[in-house]
Amino acid sequence: MLIEYLPIAILLVISTGLAALIVWIGNTFGPRRPTLRKSLPYESGMNPIGPGTRRMPVRFYLVAVLFILFDIEVVFFLPWAIVFRQLGLFGLIEMFVFIFILLVGYVYAWKKGALEWE
Amino acid sequence: MTSELILFFILAIVAVASAVGMLLSRNAVYAALYLILNFATVAVFYLMLSAAFISLVQVTVYAGAIMVLFLFVIMLLGAEHTGRLSESGWMFWTPIVLGAVLAVEALYIILRQWKAIPATQAAGSDFGAPAAVGLELFQNYLLPFEVTSVLLLVAMIGAILLARSKKA
Repeated sequence: MLIEYLPIAILLVISTGLAALIVWIGNTFGPRRPTLRKSLPYESGMNPIGPGTRRMPVRFYLVAVLFILFDIEVVFFLPWAIVFRQLGLFGLIEMFVFIFILLVGYVYAWKKGALEWE
Repeated sequence: MTSELILFFILAIVAVASAVGMLLSRNAVYAALYLILNFATVAVFYLMLSAAFISLVQVTVYAGAIMVLFLFVIMLLGAEHTGRLSESGWMFWTPIVLGAVLAVEALYIILRQWKAIPATQAAGSDFGAPAAVGLELFQNYLLPFEVTSVLLLVAMIGAILLARSKKA
C-alpha cells in the first residue's frame, strides 16, 4: 500500500542528499577568506541601509490571502481531473460553474486593483 | 514489528520533536520552519492511513499556502525575535493544565479500552484516494462543492476590502 509511494521517497532522499552534498563540497574544498566587506549583506552592491529583517508592507498579506484562496481552488481540480472522463459533460459543467463563481472574485480583485503594486 | 510500524515510530518522533522545536524556538521564522516539518510529517501519516487526498491537501494548503501567510504575518509584524514571554500567570499555566487534562484522558481511555480497540479499523485502501473523493464530491456532494466556491468568493472579497479599505 505505502510501497506505491516509494518513488517519491527515493526522489526526496536523492534530492536532499544531492543538495547536502553540493553544500558540503563547497564548504570543504572552497577557499574561505572572509573580509568585512564580503560578509556584509548583499544589497545590489550598495552599502546596506538598515537591518536585513525590516517590517514588510501589509500588501504582502493580501497577496498571501489571495494565494491561499486560489490554492484551495486548485485543490479541487485534482480529484476532478482524475475522474473527469467518468463524470463526462456533467462534470465539465459543474466545474465551469465553480470556476465562474471564483472568476467573479478574480475580476473583483482585478478591478479593485488588489493585483497591482503601487 | 512491520516496516510500517517502524516508519510510524520514526515519523512520530520527528513530528513530536518538530512540534517541541516550534514551541521552544526564540525566532518566529525558525518556529515556522519547524511547523512546516511537522506538517510534512503529518502528511505522511495521512498517507499511511490511506488518505492520499488529505495528504496532498495537507502539503499544498497547509505546508504551502498557510505557511506563506504565517511567514508574511511574522515579517510584516516584525516579530522575528519574540524574546521571552511572561512565564508566570495564566498564559503559561493554562496550556499546561489543559494539556495535562488531555493526556490523562487519553491515558485513561487507552488503559481502559486497550483490548476493546480493534487492531485495524481501516476502510478499503482506496477509500481516501483522490479518485474516490472526486467521485463522491462531484456526484453526491455537488451542492456543498459549489457552495464552497461562494465561500471562497466571500473570503476573497473580505480580504480585499480589509486590506484596501482606504482606496475603496
